Amino acid sequence: MKISVKTLTTLFFILIMVFATGCSNKPTLNVYNWGDYIDPDVIRDFEEEFNVKVNYNTFATNEDMYVSIKKGGASYDVAFPSDYMIERMINEGLLEKIDKEKITNLKHIDDSFLNLEFDPNNDYSVPYMWGTVGIVYNKKMVDDVVDSWDILWNEKYSGQILMLDSQRDSIAVALKKLGYSLNSRDMKELEEAKNELIKQKPLVYAYVGDEVKDLMVGEEAALAVVWSGDAVAMIRENENLDYVIPKEGSNLWFDNMVIPKTCKNKELAHEFINFMQRPEIAARNTEYIGYSTPNYKAIELLPDYIVNSRVAYPTEEDIKDLEIFKDIKDFLKVYDEIWLEIKAQR
Amino acid sequence: MKIKWASYPYVLWMIIFIIVPLGLVLLSSLTIGEGVGLGNLGFTLDNFRKFFENEYYVEVLWASVNLALKSTVISLLLGYPMAMIIAREKIEKRNIMVLLIVIPMWMNFLLRTYAWLTLLGKNGFINTIVTKLGFEPLDLIYNDRAVLLGMVYNFLPFMILPIYSVLTKIDNSLIEAAEDLGANKFNVFTKVIFPLSIPGIITGITMVFMPAVSTFVISKLLGGGQYMLIGNLIERQFIEIGDWHFGSAVSIIMMVFILITMAITNKFDVDKEGGGGLW
Repeated sequence: MKISVKTLTTLFFILIMVFATGCSNKPTLNVYNWGDYIDPDVIRDFEEEFNVKVNYNTFATNEDMYVSIKKGGASYDVAFPSDYMIERMINEGLLEKIDKEKITNLKHIDDSFLNLEFDPNNDYSVPYMWGTVGIVYNKKMVDDVVDSWDILWNEKYSGQILMLDSQRDSIAVALKKLGYSLNSRDMKELEEAKNELIKQKPLVYAYVGDEVKDLMVGEEAALAVVWSGDAVAMIRENENLDYVIPKEGSNLWFDNMVIPKTCKNKELAHEFINFMQRPEIAARNTEYIGYSTPNYKAIELLPDYIVNSRVAYPTEEDIKDLEIFKDIKDFLKVYDEIWLEIKAQR
Repeated sequence: MKIKWASYPYVLWMIIFIIVPLGLVLLSSLTIGEGVGLGNLGFTLDNFRKFFENEYYVEVLWASVNLALKSTVISLLLGYPMAMIIAREKIEKRNIMVLLIVIPMWMNFLLRTYAWLTLLGKNGFINTIVTKLGFEPLDLIYNDRAVLLGMVYNFLPFMILPIYSVLTKIDNSLIEAAEDLGANKFNVFTKVIFPLSIPGIITGITMVFMPAVSTFVISKLLGGGQYMLIGNLIERQFIEIGDWHFGSAVSIIMMVFILITMAITNKFDVDKEGGGGLW
């Protein structure tokens, strides 16, 4: 048998095509969310109810998500960015307007989570979760009062401090410790913040991402900067842990659902967003992941221990000094260089 | 060279998945601005200038090369005797030993690196034993040593296997001849076995140094994000910052460094005959 070069190359291309396209008759919805940020059963329920297939992907940071939506060529139908990233994506025209008529469950969202500065009319985003940034600490290992960022610079806890491996969040901690805004675009303030972090580096055990939960629950470290929802999850697993929002102020954040311009099935994307804010669905997600829901109908369905937790649902008093991240635009490069300099220290 | 028809798919494969991407990386490292479209082809060396003008980037590169060299040397010191021990065994035993080295590689690399976290942690397996014995817990993780350990652990098989395969191919009559002519064990090794195994050593060095210098997972997991290596720098440019042009430039710089290192090691391969060589 003689096979010509042509046949062989054609076969080769067919092979590539087969790998490149997986096909199914059901409509698919591509969802892009933070890792560990949904009750997996909720996705299954949505698939069953609407007879569709959900293609669920996760990311670790806002920047991660931004780059893959903007440059990665991936087409997602629904994504879950945070406040400052939503602002940036709106400014860069990456988001599709949301038809609010179709999001009937928007009426269950508490007013204080709507029309925020990053998306003044909620034309582009629907709230999903919210929370704060603070310090989680082990009561057995820390005998000082934890109420200030200063404790993360206390040499007594050298080698027991965990910081976030995220430039924006870590620089924000230093800025807040110094009493500045965490959206600072002032070179002098940023320089000071950089020096603080360089000074702190020898005391830091590690700069971590999601591993922080395992490390704190396993009592490998005494203090860590975390997001409130992770704190809820950690405290649930280790009762020696407690969470504090430092008195100098901190970050208040919101993760909303958006429809990127790359969306291929807008109808279904709206259905998904609306589904996620059905009170019983929102309650299930909230209970599963530990973060705080903006859906007041959902709160009514939650068990008492969650609703009464000041970690997940802080009082007005607790959050009055907190600041929301804004898009720092071209200062991103400055933040990046600061972070590099900190990381290059040995 | 004549290319037979059967090799067309491979040539095509290499063009699509090796040559074109490399060309794209080079192209993107020489341009700036949004995207890599052909419309805005303004050639510039700014990306490279940015790298060499900032002392911290150079420091990061130096640290990575330094760590990769260390792990290559350690792998060689550990791997060579291991390869010799295996090569001297009887064939059945040999195969089992090689299998034992290869089996861990069937498991995902990330998983194996994660496993070290539980071994090295403050309350990890090793420290639990150490404290049970009444000693102070050791500082095992989130430092350079842990990263080095992770590199050696992950890349050691790449050193052992090529050396082993060269050693088994050495004709035993050469060794016997040397012994007949009065060489002692030491001389047999330095004058016969070692020179003949050089091609395997070079392949081993290449296979360990390359992944070690570019790793970003090991330094992230076992280094606790404390130190940035060149791999992390590149990853950040692509994933977090979104400056693909600068990221490509750093990748090219790294590739050049690897090429230089390989060229130096290659100098030692005097006769260029060994089957184990990559070049």
